[in-house]
Amino acid sequence: MRVDNEMKLEFLSKSQNESFARSVVAAFAAQLDPTIEEISEIKTAVSEAVTNAIIHGYEYEQGYVTIVCRIIDNTIEVEVTDKGKGIEDIEKARQPLYTSRPELERSGMGFTVMETFMDHVSVISELGKGTTVIMKKSFKRD
Amino acid sequence: MQVSFETCNNTLIIKLNGELDHHSASYVRDSIDDEILAKNPKNIIFDMSRLNFMDSSGIGVIIGRYKLIASNGGKVGIVSMKPQIRRIYEICGLKRIIPSYDNKKTAIENL
Repeated sequence: MRVDNEMKLEFLSKSQNESFARSVVAAFAAQLDPTIEEISEIKTAVSEAVTNAIIHGYEYEQGYVTIVCRIIDNTIEVEVTDKGKGIEDIEKARQPLYTSRPELERSGMGFTVMETFMDHVSVISELGKGTTVIMKKSFKRD
Repeated sequence: MQVSFETCNNTLIIKLNGELDHHSASYVRDSIDDEILAKNPKNIIFDMSRLNFMDSSGIGVIIGRYKLIASNGGKVGIVSMKPQIRRIYEICGLKRIIPSYDNKKTAIENL
């Protein structure tokens, strides 16, 4: 499929980059002329994926988080990748309220939020290699 | 991210200003817990009128404070949520345990 635009962002797995990452993706998505609500949804979904990479992928160790964004027609595709520990059971990780780190006071709602705010969420993960979360959202325009 | 407090009778009003995500969560959590320890309020109200962003990390912070207050028989309320934050609040099922109000006055009267 023809890609209309693409960007790649790479940053250290530091929590202060969460705000930076969601703002960059939102700014890139702005060319699709989204509503304020749609921008909020993208920002929140990206924030959840990046937080997962930092807490669960790298478990607070230092590594790089990579975000690739593509625009294809009226759809934005966001891939968030870490080279961390990987997810043992993806099905379980995606369940609402499930958290592998209950001691951290996590809500366990990260994937549920991504699934609610984006049209499509898929997860590719390999133990010891890392995880990629692919999210897509289309914008309906007249 | 800034957190400030106001006390009204036995209710602690927690004013959140900025963006509540995983990065700011530990600062927000510690600030609130210090204030709860110092003031020992019965109820707490989160004033979100100046909160511009929140993700599920913020939900974790709110649920944690709810457990703390509820274990002492107190109540928790949220006021002035912006639409994006209201959606997170609804999706995460917080609505079932923590009521939301339009303003502080109504919240204090109803807690």
